[in-house]
Amino acid sequence: MTAAHITVEHLTMAYGDFVIQRDLNFTIGRGEVFIVMGGSGCGKSTLLKHLIGLQQPAKGEVFYDKQNFWSADAEQRLQVMRRIGVLYQSGALFSSLTLAENIALPLGEFTALTKAEIADMVSYKLALVGLAGFEDYYPAEISGGMQKRAGLARAMALDPEILFFDEPSAGLDPVSARLLDDLIISLRDTLGTTIVAVTHELASIFAIGTDSVFLDSDSKTMLATGNPKQLLAESEDPRIIQFLTRGQGRGGR
Amino acid sequence: MRKADSTHQSDIVARVALRRGENAAAILEISGRWLRDARIEPVERILTELEAQSVKRLTIRPDGLEAWDSRLPCYLLKIADYCVAKAIELDIGALPQGVRDLLALARAVPERSGARRHQERASLLVNIGTRVLGLIKDSRLLIVFVGELILAVWAALRGRARFRLLDLFIFVQDAGPNGFAIVSLISLLVGLILAFVGALQLAMFGAQIYIADLVALGTVREMGPLMTAIIMSGRTGAAYAAQLGTMNVNSEIDALKTMGISPMAFLVIPRMLALVLMMPLLTLYADLMGIVGGAAVSYGAFDVSLIQYYHEIAKAVDIADVAVGFCKSLVFAVLIAIAGCMRGMACGRSASAVGDAATAAVVDSIVYIVVSDSLITLVLNQLKI
Repeated sequence: MTAAHITVEHLTMAYGDFVIQRDLNFTIGRGEVFIVMGGSGCGKSTLLKHLIGLQQPAKGEVFYDKQNFWSADAEQRLQVMRRIGVLYQSGALFSSLTLAENIALPLGEFTALTKAEIADMVSYKLALVGLAGFEDYYPAEISGGMQKRAGLARAMALDPEILFFDEPSAGLDPVSARLLDDLIISLRDTLGTTIVAVTHELASIFAIGTDSVFLDSDSKTMLATGNPKQLLAESEDPRIIQFLTRGQGRGGR
Repeated sequence: MRKADSTHQSDIVARVALRRGENAAAILEISGRWLRDARIEPVERILTELEAQSVKRLTIRPDGLEAWDSRLPCYLLKIADYCVAKAIELDIGALPQGVRDLLALARAVPERSGARRHQERASLLVNIGTRVLGLIKDSRLLIVFVGELILAVWAALRGRARFRLLDLFIFVQDAGPNGFAIVSLISLLVGLILAFVGALQLAMFGAQIYIADLVALGTVREMGPLMTAIIMSGRTGAAYAAQLGTMNVNSEIDALKTMGISPMAFLVIPRMLALVLMMPLLTLYADLMGIVGGAAVSYGAFDVSLIQYYHEIAKAVDIADVAVGFCKSLVFAVLIAIAGCMRGMACGRSASAVGDAATAAVVDSIVYIVVSDSLITLVLNQLKI
């Protein structure tokens, strides 16, 4: 087990009185590819919002390294948030800016790089996600898959220590989804980035996941954590086996 | 190798040195901390040096490389691209595995040919031409829209319109009662202003009593419909453009089309109908408020009794004047609905496009309103109505 990067303790998430998930406990290790999985509507994306600072927990704590994220003051929280990158489900690119401007925005705001250096960095990041030469395009002019990759380039702009993915392969064809998975793996391998991905795409889960948490919407809590492959092999819980085998049971029928 | 911390911004030093070898070979030595905030020699200088020494073989070697992040592969990518372009043999075998992997990844997908755009400054003539073409396109859009609208209205008149009555009520609520407060305030104040401006002149002849004529005729025939229309174009026309524009961004209008429901009938007709129903009522109300404003001035500041004021108005305004204002407001309602809905339906598919559509809707409708008002006034003047 690697050193803990994010620790979640007794986290309860709720909208008003409506509890989404209660008493979540898990640890995301440094350099892991951590999958948040579960059926639709179980609160995966809500969990992500709690981790990246968009929504405050009803109860419980989130620690980044040893720092308590939600009890920290706003300035410290911003410091933490600057070390993470998020790829939103549909890319969330700023539609009035070109791809280059989208990626240059955080670089210009938070680094001391010169204009030329930023331009080089933008080209490099776009090349990494396979979009070399698309600097001057507006998000509306490229396909959904390309928007997603451009979103990833923006999420990586500041070399974040942790990258969050909300449904990375949703809306991608199988080949593009596979390429994105490969990209995620190579980012982890080369830069040591910790990856947290919310997904229910089984192919991705088994291809990239090294650790996971399984959320259940009926019992409103987590059922298990661990390597997805191991969960599939060893779990006794029918709900997890159902999910990981697309409802066919172990070994298929 | 992660960056440690970025607090000592200027202390971070990244060094790069080009050493000449034999047989047009050279070694690029990389040392120090290649981190986000490091000061690094511009890569162009290395490239010119390579050019000047006509290097044929280049070896990149880390020599005391302490830490690196994206800066290093980003820097090396420029050099690697240059080497490919100049057919220089490049050896990066000594670099850390991660850097080599990232460089390979960055060039794994070749640049799609023709993707890159070259921005050129267009000449004045080109700009003018583009503008004119844009205007032609816009007017075409308007003609098509109005045509479709007329067909939809025709269908609606024959009872074939398909929209939800509930929608109509919501739009009526929004265009009428919800606009009450602002219409009251503006028309009351316009009545006040009209009375004041006129009264100062009329008082010189001792003809304050004619304030009533001025205010009543001015409001009922011109200012009432005009001010109401301008308020509604900002309030409701812009809202229509933004609503339809957002629906367009979300492909909701496409969804309607594929369901076989005409967006014109489903979205535009109820909006226009709501405006056509509410605008005349708001205008009559605005007329009343304007006259009340005028009464306040003439009674308060110019010693005209309210009875006198009332009688003067009753003498000055006849039903034809009210009808003129009423008809104008109907025309304005249609124009505002057309401008707002057309801009919304023709909206581009981005957040900024929605803003542009709302702006264009307001500008268009104010232009339509003022131009049509002038035309109507001219015609009525000729007809002596």
